[in-house]
Amino acid sequence: MGKSVSALIAGLVFGLGLTISEMVNPAKVLAFLDIFGNWDPSLAFVMGAALAVTAIGYRLAWRRAAPVFAESFQVPGNRAIDSKLVAGSILFGAGWGLVGLCPGPALTALSFGGPPAWAFLAAMTVGTLMFDLSPLAARSRPNSVRTG
Amino acid sequence: MSEFTPISAAMGGVLIGVSAVLLMAFNGRIAGISGTFSGAMFSKGSDRSWRAMFLIGLVSAPLIHALVTGSAPPFDMAATLPLIVAGGLLVGFGTRLGSGCTSGHGVCGLSRLSVRSMAAVAIFMSAGAAMVAVSKLAMGA
Repeated sequence: MGKSVSALIAGLVFGLGLTISEMVNPAKVLAFLDIFGNWDPSLAFVMGAALAVTAIGYRLAWRRAAPVFAESFQVPGNRAIDSKLVAGSILFGAGWGLVGLCPGPALTALSFGGPPAWAFLAAMTVGTLMFDLSPLAARSRPNSVRTG
Repeated sequence: MSEFTPISAAMGGVLIGVSAVLLMAFNGRIAGISGTFSGAMFSKGSDRSWRAMFLIGLVSAPLIHALVTGSAPPFDMAATLPLIVAGGLLVGFGTRLGSGCTSGHGVCGLSRLSVRSMAAVAIFMSAGAAMVAVSKLAMGA
C-alpha cells in the first residue's frame, strides 16, 4: 500500500517536471538535439537540475539502513559497457531524434498529444514487447542490493 | 524557432530529481521509465502494482498542470505517421536493449556516477543529434 502511494506521488511529480520543463514537447526536444543548427540548450538545464537534486538526495536517502517501504535499496549492479548497451543506446537515440519523444514524455503527453502521441506510445509498446519476447531479454541483469 | 527557457527547464528538472529521490527513499528503486513501463506491462510479480501506480501518476500529471494553469502544455509533433511508428519502435526496443533511457541512465545513472550510464547517455545523445542533422539534410532544410 505504502509502496503504491509513494510510487503514485513520485509519478505525478515526475510528470509535472516533464510538463513544466517542456520535455513533453517534441519540437522543444528536437531543438535541443539540433546542436549543428538553431540549438536551444534549455533542456540541458532540465538534466543539470535533476542531476544535482538526485545526486544529493540519493546520498541522503542511502544514509538510512533501508527504504521506508522496502527491505533494501536496489541499484543496477551491471558495470559492463557491452554491445547491447551500445547498440540499444544508438537505436534509442535514433528514434528519439526522429520524433522528439522518449519513454517518460511519451506517457505524459497521452492526455494532450492526441492521435500522434497515441501512435507513438503504441509503437513504443510494440518495440518494448519485441525485445521482452526476444532471446536477447532472456539473460536479465541482476540488481545488486545496497544496504546502507 | 524554439525559445530559450532555462528557468522553467531547471524547475522541471528539480521536480524530476525530487521524484527520483522519493522513489529511492521510499521504495528503494531507480526511477527508470523504460524499465518501469516494461515491468508494469509485461512482467508478473510483486513489483507490478507500484510500477503501474508510478505510470498512472506520470500520465495524470498534465491534468494537475491544467487545473493550475488552465491550459494544456505546448505540444508540437511534426513527424509523419510512418516516422512516428519507426521512432516508437526504435525507442521501445532500443531502451530495453540498452537497459535504460533518459531517466534511468540519464538522471539516475549519472547521479550515481555510473560509467555504464555515462557511456549510454553520450551514445544516445550523439545518435539523437546525428538523426536530427540527417533529417534536416534529407528535408533540404
